[in-house]
Amino acid sequence: MVMLDNLQLLFVWAPIINVQVILEGIFVGAVFALSAYGLALVWGVMNIKNLAQGDFVIMGGYLALALSSANVPLPLILIIVIVFMFVYGWGIYALMIRRILDQDMFVSLLATFGLSLLMQQVMNLVFGPEVQTIDMELPNWDFFDNMVTIPSSKVISLGLAAVIALTVVIFMKKSRAGQAIRATAQDPRAARVLGIDTDKVYAFTFALNSALCGAAGVLVSIIWVIQPFYGITYSVRSFAIVTAAGLGNLPGVITAAFGIGLFEKYVGMIIGTAYEVAAPVSILLMVLIWRQISMKRNRQVVR
Amino acid sequence: MKMRALMTVAGVCALATASAITPAVAKVDGDTIILGSSISLTGKYATNGLHTQRGYDFAVKTINDAGGVKVDGKSYKLAVTYYDDESTPARGAQLAERLIQQDGVQYMLGPYSSGMTKAIAPVSEKFGVPMVEAEGASRSLFTQGYKYLFAVLSTSEQYLATAVDMAAEERKKNFRDPSEVRVAMAFEGDPFSMDVRAGVVDKLNEYGMKIIIDDQLPADLSDMSTTLTKVKALKPDILIISGHSKGAATAARQIDEMKVNVPMIAMTHCEAAKVHEKFPKAATGFLCPTQWVETLSKSDSMFGSAGEWNTNFKKAYPSYTSVPYQSAQASAAVYVWKEAFEAANSLDKDAVRDAIAAVEMETFYGDIKFSENGNNIAKPMFMRQIGSDASYSLVESFKDMTFPRNVSY
Amino acid sequence: MIKKNTLITYGGLALFGVFGPIIFPDYTLSIAYLWMMVLMASTWDILGGQMGYNSLGNITFFGAGMYISAIVQVTMFYDGGMAEYTSAMGSIKPEFTDSEYFSGLYLGIICAGIGALLLSLIFSTFMFGLRGPYFAIGSLGLAIAAAELTITMDYVGGASGISMPLFPGEIEFRSTFFYILCFILAALAHFLLRWLYSTQFGLAINAIRDDEDKAEAMGIPTLIYKQIGWGIAAFFMGCIGAIAGNMAGFIDKEVAYPIPTFGIFMVAMVLLGGKGTLWGPVIGAIIFHVIKETTWTYLLNLQWVALGLILIINIVYFQQGLMGWLQTKYPEMFGIVVDESQKTSKSEAK
Repeated sequence: MVMLDNLQLLFVWAPIINVQVILEGIFVGAVFALSAYGLALVWGVMNIKNLAQGDFVIMGGYLALALSSANVPLPLILIIVIVFMFVYGWGIYALMIRRILDQDMFVSLLATFGLSLLMQQVMNLVFGPEVQTIDMELPNWDFFDNMVTIPSSKVISLGLAAVIALTVVIFMKKSRAGQAIRATAQDPRAARVLGIDTDKVYAFTFALNSALCGAAGVLVSIIWVIQPFYGITYSVRSFAIVTAAGLGNLPGVITAAFGIGLFEKYVGMIIGTAYEVAAPVSILLMVLIWRQISMKRNRQVVR
Repeated sequence: MKMRALMTVAGVCALATASAITPAVAKVDGDTIILGSSISLTGKYATNGLHTQRGYDFAVKTINDAGGVKVDGKSYKLAVTYYDDESTPARGAQLAERLIQQDGVQYMLGPYSSGMTKAIAPVSEKFGVPMVEAEGASRSLFTQGYKYLFAVLSTSEQYLATAVDMAAEERKKNFRDPSEVRVAMAFEGDPFSMDVRAGVVDKLNEYGMKIIIDDQLPADLSDMSTTLTKVKALKPDILIISGHSKGAATAARQIDEMKVNVPMIAMTHCEAAKVHEKFPKAATGFLCPTQWVETLSKSDSMFGSAGEWNTNFKKAYPSYTSVPYQSAQASAAVYVWKEAFEAANSLDKDAVRDAIAAVEMETFYGDIKFSENGNNIAKPMFMRQIGSDASYSLVESFKDMTFPRNVSY
Repeated sequence: MIKKNTLITYGGLALFGVFGPIIFPDYTLSIAYLWMMVLMASTWDILGGQMGYNSLGNITFFGAGMYISAIVQVTMFYDGGMAEYTSAMGSIKPEFTDSEYFSGLYLGIICAGIGALLLSLIFSTFMFGLRGPYFAIGSLGLAIAAAELTITMDYVGGASGISMPLFPGEIEFRSTFFYILCFILAALAHFLLRWLYSTQFGLAINAIRDDEDKAEAMGIPTLIYKQIGWGIAAFFMGCIGAIAGNMAGFIDKEVAYPIPTFGIFMVAMVLLGGKGTLWGPVIGAIIFHVIKETTWTYLLNLQWVALGLILIINIVYFQQGLMGWLQTKYPEMFGIVVDESQKTSKSEAK
């Protein structure tokens, strides 16, 4: 059976390729960790479930593409995209999100789905439906007699993701704005009473999420390909990660992201590539089921 | 409750008004013959849907500029009514019915992709409306006994089979048994790619070659690293990939990144994905099947030689550096219609259908002659190899090939 | 004791249903899809509007039903078996007699419905412990997983899909036939729901929506009601899926599991018309379908943009949907009595 062959390949014949599989899982996880963290922020602070998360990522990717064809260097691209997406996120908040804040939880899902549809189609109209990518022509390193290769672009993306994540964490912990956000998340009314402008906090949080997704998008366009309709894949993965990790738990989100990335690659390797998209989705279901079982013992449900 | 009644009536009125506003377009509008096409302008086939539409439009324009179609002493212009099928077969079938029933179209041009054609062909067949298609290569389209379906392109099982032949040739040249060849393949999980795979598997079984990797790639996945990791570990003699433009682009990028070195690599959709432009180093040595090459020594009185069609098409659409064959075959399909109208000297769809069936013509695209089942039996699939200078050169047999693929990353 | 206005409404719809395809024969398939949408919206609302469980994955049953029906239709009269039929990738064209085809079709539809129902019971064991957004996302995950896993199964054609047996008969007859099936199924579902909502079932599921914990505390077996509700939805989705598969003529992942389109449309339609009402989904479906058909023709490149905008505007500014808005503006029409004395205190609390 094919599965047996794959298992033998991994552990008997060429165990060195485990290194490659693990690396791929980590690279995948790193990019998703960013967008998952943004989703966790928005969900935890504002109780908005943003189905358009993936489309924000793709939008960031397209911006990067446009800038790259104008020969803007990578670090500058990242900064420009982050700033642009931040402003864009603020705008979306003002136009749309503000009004659905106090509503039924499901409303946010559907409204953001409408947003997702809109963004996808506009990107399709502007950039065309072709699959696109940025080739930075960076070197690829190989190890172990070419059995393991690491494209420097993926390492850079991993590094950048780490830097961004770290910046956000420090910001949330140390800065006043970060504290305001956390206060609002814990108890919006109390925060308001204490003089925090919760509307601004929400706007900022949403804009921050948008910026994080944009940054993830830049990385995606460098290491993979983008297309206007790929957003949903990223949205589903982000949801899977956040559900697995729980809200407001950054180390959890990162671990979950890497975990899911690794799971995906190993499933692809052992059971078959045909299952690589079903893998993160299955994790989502399994986590939810697990939660249910553990909560049932306390006669509770997963809310 | 009055409200409900009111609203139901309103709904009916809305539909009625909509039907009144919809212009009923007859098959012939004054001196214009209307062809109809459900084409993918959005969705996953949008890239190639666009190439196809441009091919149709270019041919229509060229033919109209050259005087149009002459039937029964009168000159007619051609025009095409398009609807976006959103790359959804159910929608395509619905739109085909709308074209035929509401818009009165009697002459159809095919959609993009076998999946769409499979959904639409039964519709045009049932209405007895001839359809000349240029983008549905699945061989199962031509085992259905359709009388009104005609395809100008070579069918799917021919796509990569030639690559297998060349691998076999290489072995024979070295006095080895072709069955020694170890094959790795990755196909996208959609009906067309599966058809290509079926053709490849048939060939492999013919030679008794061994399949060591057989991966099905999900349509939403843009990462082939798992497959390529296995390839590097198992070291096959030939790597075969088919996954539309997305598959080709992803494969080329990751072959580059992972420094994959297999002696022979064959994949479809190289030109559509522009791999020679985007990943010139990795794409070196790729064997790419194509329905058509611009260096083909075929020509016709309308478009000139293959090269001339190519030049003129690029002038009309300057964004192309290398014109995808999807556009060429689309133009050929329109050309078949012109020839058929003139040969039948009538606008009656059945007379024209018979004329299409009897067509035997040389075009810039290649020779066209339809079998009883509607597929083009006069034109073979051509194999090209990407050179280190990012150019495509025709490979007609193993001796024309650069083997093994030697890329220093 | 049926109200006069209700009779008028049903009469109007029945007339339209019966005579629509006769007066506008070119639109037969389009109206058939309309009834399909009405059914999808109405069944979604059982869980979504009436019970408060927003499912993004009801389309799973649509696809499952489609495949189940295909299996039944092929295996009943084709001796070679399903695996052989699907691996031939459409080149095997079995000759069914008329009675074979239709009996296969009817049996297929029923099996599809029952099969989907059984699946929903299986899924309900692990899905109903989830609430609110988790149920929504979980159901979406279910749909995606179903789609991805179905195409790995060679028995049902894998990624190559299944060519459905050919319809015996002329094309007009075919369109009319499937139209009638869709119309009957939609009507059946509607009347079933109309009756169901007037029984204790309706009260119970509304109680679950309003406060599930209290309902449980009061002794309502919530899980059973949830299972019945989802089961009914699954049954009808399975049946309509079987019909849709035959209408399409060819089944593959995109036809069976149109998650980003129909999967979400059914939710949008209900929201448009008004959640939690009997007629809301119906009206929403009608309006949505009409808008979609007109924008598709006239706004060729922008139709999705228009749809996205409509969705956003509807949700952000117009949430109760049409029925909800009407209920607020003309409550007398719906037999709702507004207690004037409550009004002032409400505005103070704001």
